[in-house]
Amino acid sequence: MSENRYQRTGCDIAWCPGCGNYGIAKLLNEILQELALDPQQAVMVSGIGQAAKLPQYFNLHHFNGLHGRALPPATAIKASNRNLTVIAESGDGDMYGEGGNHFIHCIRRNPDLTNIVHNNMVYGLTKGQASPTSPRGLVTPLQVDGVILEPFNPLAVAIALDASFVARAYVGYAEQTRAILKAAILHKGYALVDILQPCVTFNKLNTYSWFEAHTSPLPDDHDPLDRMQAFALACEDDPLRLGIFYQKEKPVFEEQLAAYADDRRPLFERRVDLSRLAETIRTAG
Amino acid sequence: MTTTRPRHGKINLLFGGEAGQGLQTIAQILARMFMNGGLHLLATSEFMSRIRGGSNSITLCAADHPVRAQSETIDVCVLLDKDALPRLKSRCTADTLMIGDPTLFGPDSGMLSLPLTELGAQAGGAIYSNSIVCGYIARIIGWELAPLEAALAKAFSSPELLTKNLAAAKLGWDHGATTSGRFDLPPQEKKADQLLLDGSQAVAFGALAGGCNFISSYPMSPSTGVLIHLAKLAHTHGVVVEQAEDEISAINMGLGSWYAGGRAMVSTSGGGFDLMAEGLSLSGAIESPMVIHLAQRPGPGTGLPTRTEQGDLEIARYSGHGEFPRALLAPGSPEEAFACAAHAFTMADASQSPVFLLTDQYLLDTLYDLEPFKLPDSPPESQIISTTMDYRRYAAGPDGISPRGIPGLGNGIVRVDSDEHDEEGCITEEFDLRVSMVDKRLAKLRLLKEELALLPRLHGTAGYRRLIVGWGSTAPAVEEAMKRVKPALTAFLHCVQLYPITQALIDHLQQAKEIIVIENNATGQFARLLRAETGCNMIRQWNKYNGLPFTVDELVALLQQEVNP
Repeated sequence: MSENRYQRTGCDIAWCPGCGNYGIAKLLNEILQELALDPQQAVMVSGIGQAAKLPQYFNLHHFNGLHGRALPPATAIKASNRNLTVIAESGDGDMYGEGGNHFIHCIRRNPDLTNIVHNNMVYGLTKGQASPTSPRGLVTPLQVDGVILEPFNPLAVAIALDASFVARAYVGYAEQTRAILKAAILHKGYALVDILQPCVTFNKLNTYSWFEAHTSPLPDDHDPLDRMQAFALACEDDPLRLGIFYQKEKPVFEEQLAAYADDRRPLFERRVDLSRLAETIRTAG
Repeated sequence: MTTTRPRHGKINLLFGGEAGQGLQTIAQILARMFMNGGLHLLATSEFMSRIRGGSNSITLCAADHPVRAQSETIDVCVLLDKDALPRLKSRCTADTLMIGDPTLFGPDSGMLSLPLTELGAQAGGAIYSNSIVCGYIARIIGWELAPLEAALAKAFSSPELLTKNLAAAKLGWDHGATTSGRFDLPPQEKKADQLLLDGSQAVAFGALAGGCNFISSYPMSPSTGVLIHLAKLAHTHGVVVEQAEDEISAINMGLGSWYAGGRAMVSTSGGGFDLMAEGLSLSGAIESPMVIHLAQRPGPGTGLPTRTEQGDLEIARYSGHGEFPRALLAPGSPEEAFACAAHAFTMADASQSPVFLLTDQYLLDTLYDLEPFKLPDSPPESQIISTTMDYRRYAAGPDGISPRGIPGLGNGIVRVDSDEHDEEGCITEEFDLRVSMVDKRLAKLRLLKEELALLPRLHGTAGYRRLIVGWGSTAPAVEEAMKRVKPALTAFLHCVQLYPITQALIDHLQQAKEIIVIENNATGQFARLLRAETGCNMIRQWNKYNGLPFTVDELVALLQQEVNP
C-alpha cells in the first residue's frame, strides 16, 4: 500500500503472504485516493474472517461486527446518517453463508452502499472448510469426500432479486477490478462486487492460474440493462464471466423513509420535540 | 325490576366471542364511553392465537375510582357466540346478568335476550353488532346515549359509517329499555385530560420521550404493538422504522444506528430475543447503548403466543456470551412503562450498555385510563461527543466510560470492534490489554447500580416483618389485594429494576423476617436471582404459570390463607 491518508500505518497485517486480500486492499486504497473521499464521512463495515480484517488497515471509521452480520448495521448506519459513504465488506462464508438472509433482504431494501465480497471459495480463518461458493468435489478437512452441495451463485441470486448493481471481478486483473469497484462506490443504491481471489493456504484448486484459465470478460455487446441476458451470463460457470452484469437505477431505501420526508438532517442532529409529543399523546388518548 | 348495585362503585363486564367478531372494538368504544362519563376503567383481553374463530374474551371493569387490577366477579356477561358460554361459565355466578342472542342460545336459555341477528339486520348488517352491544350496555347501566355517541365519533371518522353506527347504538339502547337501571353507576364529570391507552402505547410514547428515533424489529406477539405504534408516528416524530428480515438483523441494525448517532430500540418476545443473544453480546463488546423491549409470553418454544408470563427474566439477565454489564427494568403500570422506556434510553446512552425493558402480554394488551404522562422539561441530553484528531473510542475513563464519538461529527476516527480491541478500537491479543478492557467494561455496572438505578417502591407499613416482593405487571393486583386484606406487619415491595440489584432492595430484604416472591412463572426466576445476588435464603414463592395474570381475588385468597391464617 502506498503511504496516504487512507492507510493506517504500523499495523501487523494478519493475512498470509500471497493472499488475494492484499490486492483488494491496495485497489481500494487507490480508489479512495482517486475519489478523494473525506475519511470523516466514510465507514467500513465488516463481519468476521480474514477478509473482514481489512478495515483494520485503513484510516477510516469502522464497525467490525459479527460474523455474517455486516449488512444490517451497514444499512442502519446509512439510514441514520445519509451523508456517510458506507462500504460493507467480508468474505464469501460471511456474506453468503452466515449472512445469507441479510444478503437477500439487503438487496431488496437497496440502501446506498457498496457490498464487497472477497470470494476465495473456501473458509480461511476456521482453516479450510467448504464455503457456500466451493465447487462440487472440493475435498476439505470437513468435506472429506468432496463437496456434494451445489455452489451458491451470488450473482444469479442478486440479479433474480433485481439488485441495482451486480458485478464480478478477479483480483488478478487489477485494472478491471479497479474500474468495477469505482463504479460500484459511485453507484447510487446497493452494489454487489463479488471479487474472485485465491486462498493460497487452503484452496489448492482455485489458484491464480485456475482463475486465469476459468474466467473471461463479459461479451463486448453485453448490455447491463438487460436483466435476462445478465442472468443467463451469471448462470455460466465455466468460464466465470467478469464485469458489470447488471445495473439499474432504483429507489434507495433510506431516501424513502418517513423519518426523512420533512427533515434531511441525520438522526444525531435531532432532538425530541416534547410539545409535539405531548400533543400526539393527547390525541391518541 | 330489581336494581343490582355494582359492588364498590364499579361494574365488571365480560364479553366473549370468536376472533374477528369485534371484541376489541366493543372494548375500545365502551372504554371511551365510560371515560367520557367520568369513570375509570381497565380492559383486559385473553385471546387465542388465531385470526378468525376460536373463543376470546375481554373483561372491562368501569368504576368511580381508579381501577388497575382485574377481579374475577363478573356482573354482566355478553356472549357473541355459542362457544363462549362453556369457556366463560365458570367465571359467572348466579348474580351475573347473562346476555345472548336467542337465535344462538334458544328462547329458554334463561339469558336476557339481545337479538343481535335481528337488530343487526335492521341496522344494515352484522357489522353493526358491536355498536348495538355498546348501546345496550349504555342502557342497562342507565346512561343516556351522549357519552357513547362521543366515543363512536372518535372511533369512526367517516361520516357515513358514523351515522350508521350511531343508529345501531340507538337500536341497542332502545332494546335495553326493559333492563335499564339494573346497575347504578351514574356518569360523572369528564376529566379533561384523562387518556385511554394500552401498555404498548405507553412503551412507545416513553421511548419517544427518551429520544428514540430508530426501531428495527421482526413482528412477534405481544411485542408488535410497540413497533406498530412507532410506525404510525414515523412521519410526525421522525422515527426510522424497519421491519427486519429476522431478529438477528433487527438488533444488528439497532447497533448500527447507535454507532451512527441514532437512538435505537428493538421490540421482541422470548423466541425472537433468543436470536438476538449474539447481537446483545456485540453491544457488550463494542460498548454500544441498546434498548431491548422484551415482551414476555409463555414459552418454551412457541408456547402460548397470546398469553402472559414472566418467564424470560433469566434470558434477559444471562443470555449473550461473555461478561458485560446490562440493566433490566420491569414496569408494572402504564405510567411506569412510559417512565422506564424513557429512562432505558438515558441509562443505555450514559452507560454504553444494553438495557432491557421487560414487559408482558398482560401489561401491553391491557387498556387503561390514566392521567397525562409527566414529560421531561427538556429533551434528553445525548452523550455523544464531537471527536478530535487523537480520538480513541476506548480510552480509559472514570467508571469505565469512554466518551462516545460517532462518524461524521468531529475530526477523529471512530472504530468499534467485536474482537477484543485496544483503546483505538483495533484488534489485539495482548493479555494485559485484554484484562484492562474487561475491567473497564465491567466497571460500568456501578453506574447502572447506583446513579442510573430505579429504586424499588414499598407499599404498606415501613415497620414490616413480612415482605412480599414482586416485579413487573403483578404490582397492581398485589397492591389491590393488600388493600383488601391488610395483612399485619406485611408490606409489598415492587421492584422496577431487576438487575443490577440496588442496595435499597438489599436493605429492604434484610429488614424482613419472612420473604415471599410472587411471580408469573413456574420456577421463581426473580427469587433465584435474589438468592444468588444477595445470599438471602429465606425466600418463599408464589407462582402462577397457566398463561393468565394473577387476579386480585386469588391473591386475596392467598394472603388470607398463608399470611392471615
